[in-house]
Amino acid sequence: MTTTATRRTAGGPRSRPSRGGGGPSLWFLAPAGILFLGFAVIPLVGAVGLSFTRWSGLGSPEWTGGDNWAWFLTDDVTYITLQVTLLVMVGSWLVQTPISLLLGTWIARSGGFRSVAGLVFFVPLLLSSAAVALAYKNLLDPNFGLSTETGFGWLAHNWLGDRNTVLLVVILIISWHFIPLHTLLYQGAVRQVPTSMYEAASLDGAGRVTQFFTITIPQLKHTIVTSSTLMLVGSLTYFDLIFVMTAGGPGYATRVLPLHMYLTGFRSAEMGKASVIATFLAVFGLILALLLTRLSGFTKMQSQQEGA
Amino acid sequence: MTVTAPVAASGSPVALPPRAQGPRRRARRSRPNVPGGILGLLWLVIVVLPLYWVVVTSLRSGPTFFVDSPLSLPSEPTLENYGKVFDSGFLGFFMNSVIVTVATVVIAVFCSLLAAYTIVRNAHPVARGSFSFALLGLAIPLQAAIIPIYYMITQLGLYDTLVALIIPSAAFALPLTVVILVNFLRDIPNEIFESMRIDGASNWAMLWQLVLPLSKPALITVAIYNGMQVWNGFLFPLVLTQSPSVRVLPLALWSFQSELTVDVPAIMAAVTLSVLPILTLYIFGRRQLVAGLTAGFGK
Repeated sequence: MTTTATRRTAGGPRSRPSRGGGGPSLWFLAPAGILFLGFAVIPLVGAVGLSFTRWSGLGSPEWTGGDNWAWFLTDDVTYITLQVTLLVMVGSWLVQTPISLLLGTWIARSGGFRSVAGLVFFVPLLLSSAAVALAYKNLLDPNFGLSTETGFGWLAHNWLGDRNTVLLVVILIISWHFIPLHTLLYQGAVRQVPTSMYEAASLDGAGRVTQFFTITIPQLKHTIVTSSTLMLVGSLTYFDLIFVMTAGGPGYATRVLPLHMYLTGFRSAEMGKASVIATFLAVFGLILALLLTRLSGFTKMQSQQEGA
Repeated sequence: MTVTAPVAASGSPVALPPRAQGPRRRARRSRPNVPGGILGLLWLVIVVLPLYWVVVTSLRSGPTFFVDSPLSLPSEPTLENYGKVFDSGFLGFFMNSVIVTVATVVIAVFCSLLAAYTIVRNAHPVARGSFSFALLGLAIPLQAAIIPIYYMITQLGLYDTLVALIIPSAAFALPLTVVILVNFLRDIPNEIFESMRIDGASNWAMLWQLVLPLSKPALITVAIYNGMQVWNGFLFPLVLTQSPSVRVLPLALWSFQSELTVDVPAIMAAVTLSVLPILTLYIFGRRQLVAGLTAGFGK
């Protein structure tokens, strides 16, 4: 008993069974495997196949070769939506990262007002995108929204109807919705930074701001990567909020890729063309995720656990 | 005995709520963090103001809506807007959301637990490969698969049913759930498995008597996270259902908006009602949720 225990722990706290140990049968993987292959992987491959067909959504798809791809590459709207998607991606990263980093660092040291604030900060994340979209759509209405309140006159502007402001507003609202998640990530990470580091810095006379830049940020490197990956890849999926709030308008001002795909497929009944956008979206997401994990050595997520 | 000690030792980094270090840290604090406090207060206002407006607006009567100033308390508070929402089938939509969410979470978490257990305890390359597969799966946006899913669901004759929402939602919940559970289960020391095996326990017995109870915090985390995702999900319901009888809450909000375009107080009542159930859960399960999410994603 004791011998087995010591022999095992010598390898580290992790437990990888010896080969002859006879772990659970591989059949235990089957339910998850079938579900994931059947309703995520096969559909994804199916999207690639459908991108070479013409299909209205009813009846059978008919083979058309590269026509849809040619359309995608030459259509002006493609480049507009691509640009809008990138703007949303970069913009929401720029807004969310500093705010959630600062808020997370601040709430990490609990006590009094911070605890109460931390409780309330989380609430936007609980709302559905549809609810957030409807609330803001009406809140920003120039006729009866917040701008008609005394002191908020500066808000009087048709924010969602003006193609110069709508994208910024959408980015800010997305940020409002998702900052709680990232604040939480940073909050958890800051709590894991050894207190002794701050104590040593204090003794050296480093102020709060210096400590933030010389200790907190370097220590949070991996969290910044995790959070940024979630934000950037996640911004490829922003659909519901924009769909409910602006439906992509005015014009094409807020038409992000997922929305472009939905409108092309389910509104214009061009499933083949929409599948091109879907394929592009999947490849884009995958490349982005791989790039981010490679660049940052974020495979740490795995190696940390492998005991490296 | 040799068995219990490592559990505590290696289990603690996960199980220990981060707050446990609170008092020691607070002792360190010498002077109040003024800039932090100002930022916190400012953000509090930014978070609360829209929520307050939604609730206050939902209590306004139609005639006073355009007269009252937006942030003032309603001059003639009324619940009639809530009545309207209930009259248009809120309870049915609510029940649909409950059914879809509970079924999805149960299926996704159960399948993921089986898979995670195998990935951690079976050294076969297929098991190891499955983990990389799950990691890769994290990057797949569900939007990208929606058209073929729509095709499959119609072919299976499931279009416009609640099952049509449950199956794909569960499939897309798998990768993250597996990854979080694997990371958690890896911290269960091998000795416990070994000693149970010596006692002749089967893999199922180990799953039920050891893995399940020990992974409870992780299971609760993934259940809550997936539950939130499904409860608020919009695209699958939008594409895969049609009839009011299978409508879920986020979609109900959206259709409400088109039916009641100008009746803003009623729309805000619907928004409030749609948020209320999950807000209630949050108020009661806040500790678990926040600690769980921090541990689940922070690893």
